[in-house]
Amino acid sequence: MRPFTYERATDVPGACAAASRPGATFISGGTNLLDLMKLEIERPSHLVDISRLPLADVDELQDGALRIGAQAANSDVAADPRVRTRYPVLSQALVAGASGQLRNKASVGGNLVQRTRCPYFYDTAAGCNKRDPGSGCSAIGGFNRIHAVLGASDSCIATNPSDMAVAMSVLDAQIELLDADRSVRRVDIADFHRLPGDTPHVETVLRPGEMITAVILPPPPPGRQLYRKVRDRASYEFALVSVAAIVATDRGTISSARVAFGGVAHKPWRSADAEAALTGRPATMATYRAAAETAMRDAVGQGQNDFKIDLARRTLCRTLVQAAQAS
Amino acid sequence: MIGQALNRVDGPLKVTGGATYAYEFRDGDQPLYGFVVGATIGRGRITGIDTTRVESSPGVHLVLTHQNAPAQGARDLSVPFEYWRAYPTLSSPDVHHHGEPVALVVAATFEQARTAANLVDVEYAAEQGSYDFAACQDQAYAPESLIFGIPADTAVGDVDAGLRTAEVQVDEWYTTPYEFSQPMEPPACLVVPDGDDLVVYTSCQIVDAARASIAATLELDPERVHVVTQYVGGGFGSKLRIHGETILAAMAARALQRPVKVALTRQQMFSSVSVRPTSSQRVRLGAERDGRLVAIAHEVTMHTNRHVEFIEPTATATRSLYAAPNRLTSTRLVPLDVLRGEDVRAPGEAPGLLVVESAVDELAHALGMDPVELRIRNEPTVDPERGVPYSDRHLVECLRDGADRFGWERRLPEPARRRDGRWLVGYGVAAAIRVHLQGPTKAAVRLGPDGIAVVESDMTDIGTGTYTILTQVAAEGLGLPPDRVRVELGRSEFPPSVGSGGSWGAGNSSTAVHHACTALREKLLAAASSDVRSPLHGLDTAGAVFSGGSVSIDGASEALGEIVTRNCPEGLEAEGETVLLTEEPNYGAYAIHTYGAHFAEVGVDADTAEIRLRRMLGVFSVGRVLNAKTARSQLIGGMIWGVSQALAEEGVVDMRSGGFVNRDLAQYLVPVHADIPEIDAVMLDGFDDKANVLGVKGLGELGICGAGAAVANAVFNATGVRVRDFPITIEKVLPGLPLTEV
Amino acid sequence: MLRWIAARRRTVLTTSKADETDIEPGLRDIPELSMITLRINGTKRDLEVDTRTTLLDALREHLGLTGTKKGCDHGQCGACTVLVNGRRINSCLTLAVMHEDDEIVTIEDLGEPGHLHPLQAAFVECDGFQCGYCTSGQICSAVGMLAEAAAGWPSHATADVSSSQIALTDEEIRERMSGNVCRCAAYPNIVAAIRVVAEGGPT
Repeated sequence: MRPFTYERATDVPGACAAASRPGATFISGGTNLLDLMKLEIERPSHLVDISRLPLADVDELQDGALRIGAQAANSDVAADPRVRTRYPVLSQALVAGASGQLRNKASVGGNLVQRTRCPYFYDTAAGCNKRDPGSGCSAIGGFNRIHAVLGASDSCIATNPSDMAVAMSVLDAQIELLDADRSVRRVDIADFHRLPGDTPHVETVLRPGEMITAVILPPPPPGRQLYRKVRDRASYEFALVSVAAIVATDRGTISSARVAFGGVAHKPWRSADAEAALTGRPATMATYRAAAETAMRDAVGQGQNDFKIDLARRTLCRTLVQAAQAS
Repeated sequence: MIGQALNRVDGPLKVTGGATYAYEFRDGDQPLYGFVVGATIGRGRITGIDTTRVESSPGVHLVLTHQNAPAQGARDLSVPFEYWRAYPTLSSPDVHHHGEPVALVVAATFEQARTAANLVDVEYAAEQGSYDFAACQDQAYAPESLIFGIPADTAVGDVDAGLRTAEVQVDEWYTTPYEFSQPMEPPACLVVPDGDDLVVYTSCQIVDAARASIAATLELDPERVHVVTQYVGGGFGSKLRIHGETILAAMAARALQRPVKVALTRQQMFSSVSVRPTSSQRVRLGAERDGRLVAIAHEVTMHTNRHVEFIEPTATATRSLYAAPNRLTSTRLVPLDVLRGEDVRAPGEAPGLLVVESAVDELAHALGMDPVELRIRNEPTVDPERGVPYSDRHLVECLRDGADRFGWERRLPEPARRRDGRWLVGYGVAAAIRVHLQGPTKAAVRLGPDGIAVVESDMTDIGTGTYTILTQVAAEGLGLPPDRVRVELGRSEFPPSVGSGGSWGAGNSSTAVHHACTALREKLLAAASSDVRSPLHGLDTAGAVFSGGSVSIDGASEALGEIVTRNCPEGLEAEGETVLLTEEPNYGAYAIHTYGAHFAEVGVDADTAEIRLRRMLGVFSVGRVLNAKTARSQLIGGMIWGVSQALAEEGVVDMRSGGFVNRDLAQYLVPVHADIPEIDAVMLDGFDDKANVLGVKGLGELGICGAGAAVANAVFNATGVRVRDFPITIEKVLPGLPLTEV
Repeated sequence: MLRWIAARRRTVLTTSKADETDIEPGLRDIPELSMITLRINGTKRDLEVDTRTTLLDALREHLGLTGTKKGCDHGQCGACTVLVNGRRINSCLTLAVMHEDDEIVTIEDLGEPGHLHPLQAAFVECDGFQCGYCTSGQICSAVGMLAEAAAGWPSHATADVSSSQIALTDEEIRERMSGNVCRCAAYPNIVAAIRVVAEGGPT
């Protein structure tokens, strides 16, 4: 871990200004940043500690939306009664991730910017375009069992490891950002994370010094919400594949559906095609299979991760069955 | 006292954080911190190391590389056991595997050392290494022999002829992956120079081997090396010997004349310690329609590091497991430039029984026979290869008792028939067998005038419960309550042992303590009966009874402390020992093993092929049990190792770098709480009088033997999918699962 | 032997100022040490730490509180679990400098031989450990976990996260304790020990 200076931020604009300096970065829960700093994958020279800024509240907004402060711990959000009753898919996704200890420390904002768990990203001796642009992608032609099948590029086949963000994706969450000039913008979660293209080191639309201050969840759509995570181990492991779904049915017909996948791409993978293939159709396995086919139409495996394509289809079908049954 | 479920005597210390592990000792000056730098190539040589940036990095005291490391002793192959041999580190510019230490950076703080370690610039001339086990099978060679001179290959009768005549045959290839011990406590040490002496606090399983290896490497008189290993945070084979971290710390401490401590990082534990070799195994079974085996062939090929040969005895269990007139086992090694192989819990049996007991299940399926019954039908009367009787074999009882307790009769013979909601449910069974070993171990027992007995041995407690069982053996041996016994372990000043490993620690050390107590009793009686001041004076000692801290003869009684106080106020001491199995006649005359039967129920998600254990039972025959509580815990722990061996654990080599890719606990998957439901281990009453005077056999590894096969066989029963390439993961089962319709 | 030592020492000592131009940015001119006050086990402790020092290393290397263990240093094993303001966290993934004014509780504060915390006593009775290296983390984690369950927090094992009532079944205990790896695999006994305490067993 490279030496760094440390300051505890006392206000948001000041923190943004401090983090705008070259080499500076925010630290919140630290559960991913320190992990990466110990291996010198992240090498900030200045840390701006924003964990004690008053950004941890969960508030209801007048339009029925819920505003989750970016410094709220993952566990607090998962346990929030409003999240549990109105956005259960988010609660389910959060408790499916990491461990009790990590969820107590990891913040919502930090979760959104956590980095991939590709083993080559973690191995500073290996080529990795995300860690060291231009050094190549060792996962292509290497160990790629856990890697992306959708939206990958020749530069990078890494996945986004977040469960939370997948749930937020079907909830149409908006990310509230603030910069040193105190200007606020909101970004749809669909636009927040980027696909790797030929700049896999640029993972989000965050600008230097810009801080995630909150996540806004619009009023929940109708339907049953479900998060299903598939992994080798029963707990404490990143997803091989996950599905977040919100399905409403009306007399056996799907009246609305939202679907997103985790573990398959560089970002939470919302599938508009699958949603279109579901909406207005009978709530039957045939419909789900057609939607799953559509969702994975462009999927490409790397060899070891080919199974993820079928696994994603099957997981989607089962999740849709369960969501439709109860809606 | 022996056999009781006494709570661990070190329990209160361990649950309060008061037990001191190697890295946590404080001795002398504030220690400096060493951080190891590993090679980033798998084969080749170092052509240059630039340490300028490191040396100017804050706090750095020393950078050790092959350029300035002292001359070291070489591995001496005439030393009979590898773990006692030298472990030269930084001794040449050659790289023998990815991750091999190429430098040690020593700094004032851990943070400084870690940062500076990243500044070591190493230039390599990399060579094309051999990393692909499957692709290098043509380079396989036959080793001379296995450990203890056991033959690498055996043959009885004519296997090919037997297979030809057999009505039903199984002939399958299986592969098992690289596996890591990964104890919770990383290899760690604190080395304190004391004049010409070195005090080495290190996490090891065999203190005597650690001392010998350090002394041989640093070319020191072993008497100058003092090893202290009070508590070990798990070993599972990986700490049978010390590795680079201890040698490097010792070299640095001597150079700087300051205490130096070094711990490997979790990531380094996947590259700088050792690995269970990967294997390819062919099993051929031939049976008559009634299930009787006519031929068994188990041919094993494993990797070894090219420079340090390690042979896992993977086919040896097959030699004693089932009767069959025609038999063959073989062992071949494929030299690779991959990390050194060393023992990992149940070396040999773990990968061997995983495969053979899967093959037996395949045979049962082919025969349409219950796999419990098939095994019982092939129970041998004598060891089928050696022709000697078994000392105390109860495999059939284990199978029968286990089947009964588990509700085996509810198993549906046809696969993929049982459903519980989204789960396909299957049952599996497998047999366990593990060789019983004995090695030279000494222990001293000293009774003080306070009536407290102190047991001393350099034996270790790696979580096995040594402190507790030796307390019980000494308490029983001297008729003392357990709180009048203190067990001191893990110091090289104490009588030497062969430590913890190979499941021989409990048998060796308890037998040695028992002998010491017997000798001490005789000394006490001799002292009392010849002492006119003793109420026992002149009495016939043949009927003496030691109990409650006193000895009584015919109604006369005296406290042990009184006898000691009067006759030898400095304390009365006696020693006991065991010898190496090759000097023990019973090892030639009998086949001595422990046995067991595993029963597993798994669920496989019908859509996603996620595999989850639902319950598991093991019934074991282990001779006499020293402590019912700690023994059960060890067996359960072993069974859980079997579960993850079958379903999860796999070290993946990158075929370009030769290093392990999944090198942390997020990627190398060991079980977590949620993976493990109710598991029980039952031990049959027993006493193996051929094993030792206490009738005791070790069980630290028996639990894993065959456990994985029971799980694998349950997966087959649940799904009809037979996976022969371990571990059984989602992608291997998924293609065999039909799409669900509702 | 002595020759190489002497040579090495000289090299270290003769490092010149000129070399500093080769030092990477970030290694120079950065004050590494901070004076901080931590409140640990009810006592204020002043210490000077590197900004890089994790809470775990501050406990183990600076304060001699070695009951908290380093198993992986990356939040993947749970051996380092401590309670901060009543919540369980991985002390390896947080910096000491971030914890000024926090209330930190380690295994040493829960009990001592002769006066064990109910969980510690239950771990001994149920043999919820073997090597003992993950044990402090398991016990601290269990303390935090029981509080979380009592507060009605959901887990991955909770069938209906919208329900505020949590029945602390064995499945719930296992899921909630999954951040604590035990390589000896004492899991069934650990769950038994926690169940004893959760059900108000021996205290």
